[in-house]
Amino acid sequence: MTTQRESGAETLVERTPDEQIAAALGSGARPDLPGPVSSSFSFAWRALLKIKHVPEQLFDVTMFPIMFTLMFTFVFGGAIAGSPQDYLQYALPGILTQTVVFITMYTALTINTDIEKGVFDRFRSLPVWRPSLLVGALLGDTLRYAMASFMVLVVGVVIGYRAPGGVLGVLLAVLLLLAFCFALSWLWLIVGFKVRTPNAVMGVSMMVLFPLTFISSVFAPPETMPGWLRAFVDVNPVTLLNEAARGLMNDNPDAGDILIVLVMSVAITAVFAPLALRLYNRRT
Amino acid sequence: MTAMSPSSPGLAIETHDLVRVFGSERAVDGVDLAIPTGGVYGVLGPNGAGKTTTIRMLATLLEPTSGTALVLGHDVVREAAKVRARVALTGQFASLDEDLTGHENLTLLARMYGFGRAAARHRADELLEAFDLVDAAKRQVKAYSGGMRRRIDVAGSLVVRPDLMFLDEPTTGLDPRSRNQVWGIVRALVGAGTTVLLTTQYLEEADQLADRIAVIDRGRVIAEGTSGELKASVGSGALHVRVADTAEREEVARLLAESLDAVPVLESDPSAISMRVAAPGRVAAALQRVGEHGLAVTEYALGQPSLDEVFLALTGRPAQENDPTDQEVPA
Repeated sequence: MTTQRESGAETLVERTPDEQIAAALGSGARPDLPGPVSSSFSFAWRALLKIKHVPEQLFDVTMFPIMFTLMFTFVFGGAIAGSPQDYLQYALPGILTQTVVFITMYTALTINTDIEKGVFDRFRSLPVWRPSLLVGALLGDTLRYAMASFMVLVVGVVIGYRAPGGVLGVLLAVLLLLAFCFALSWLWLIVGFKVRTPNAVMGVSMMVLFPLTFISSVFAPPETMPGWLRAFVDVNPVTLLNEAARGLMNDNPDAGDILIVLVMSVAITAVFAPLALRLYNRRT
Repeated sequence: MTAMSPSSPGLAIETHDLVRVFGSERAVDGVDLAIPTGGVYGVLGPNGAGKTTTIRMLATLLEPTSGTALVLGHDVVREAAKVRARVALTGQFASLDEDLTGHENLTLLARMYGFGRAAARHRADELLEAFDLVDAAKRQVKAYSGGMRRRIDVAGSLVVRPDLMFLDEPTTGLDPRSRNQVWGIVRALVGAGTTVLLTTQYLEEADQLADRIAVIDRGRVIAEGTSGELKASVGSGALHVRVADTAEREEVARLLAESLDAVPVLESDPSAISMRVAAPGRVAAALQRVGEHGLAVTEYALGQPSLDEVFLALTGRPAQENDPTDQEVPA
């Protein structure tokens, strides 16, 4: 092989590229393979790096809820609750719920893009605990949910929202949301595996999430809705989640509501995590 | 280390009747391979022949529908984790995260092989240096050129030296200089003791790098051997001729075909003709006859068939399907 150097003569000892590669191969230390926790956190680190390099992905996640907060408060607030301020007090916990539930779909989008780009197979061929790629991705996603929650709360506070439940109530509400959405993400992983392209993932998730988050107690009290609609709203998981979170933020937490959400989270995880892992291992 | 596995000694890969079905399509349809340890083994075939599916099964990314495969003595289904600890994979279907920088990608992979934080960063530096990518270390991989991209992809597989490396079409779409670099890397890798399984659509690449070659077509191995054996199995030599005047090419081709009882191929080079000849002894006379007709030949060569011709002979069609440049002359 000929040696060609574009980057000028920076070394005195001129080695051919092949010799350099051979040297790099030779210095092959072979540490013990990492454990499941370590590899999961490394994959979560990757999710953080992606946020750093592609901050646009946070725009989707943050601009959308900010827009909703402002729009609903100032456009519909007066009509729905008498004044924008009163409506904000009612709607902000709901908007928080809606925001976090909505962005769970990015889990599907991320994994689907990984599959399409071939990154997925590279990571799957690594000698680490296999589910760590998924666990790491979900950890990263959970961080995104936390960031989005923070944005919504900041905007809310700036335009006058005050949580009767105080900092602790808000914190517990956010934790409850994160727990539920972590569970929900397993379901999105399955969508990510099954749907062919990232665009199709977007389409599917919009079809599911729009009705699910709007036909709930997020934007309006269910008592104002016709009976047939209420029948759905009352059992909509988003309503259940929203009521539990709203209770915490409004300083009237309902143990029953919270328990229902926790049971739902465990049940969703119990059903969909094994399914997602199965698909992940067998993915064609 | 567990007890000796039942595979034959010295084989890096051993498959028996390996099958993978997608829906109604048999992508891999009964592949038997016995690939020795050390050196480069080439898997040659056109697009869609089943090369990538075979590799994905061997690399434990895809379960076979039926049949068995042992990689470095371990069953790819039952002992997948042991296989993964000793093989590495590079190809269009196994790439790096485009959003991350080269350095971050390599650091991440080093972490996955158990390097501590500082050691992982150091290993990334070493690899970037070795693959002449120091200047691009802090750039996102999506901004890399094709050649750089392929180098960082390969570097990612060498965080620890694998015993077996799968390279899926490593030079597809590369310019000649980048291709030569990748070939250099493959040779360095073999020199360090790694067995390389390389798939390619390029006959020249298999000819250049591979010690042994399996030709795959429609999910089956249709021929196996060294490049020389494959050429010999076709059983005839190839005549390559260049004419002085491109306008006379068809006439020269017709005359040669007549005298040699062969099918001429008009190459993409407008002055070149090639044909397989069953009786090399008659070539001199045939060329003389061309001269007698007042036509000039500037160059001729009689040699072993190229792998392209081997493929044509084995399958009845050229390796590169839909290639519009080579056309058969209607006899």
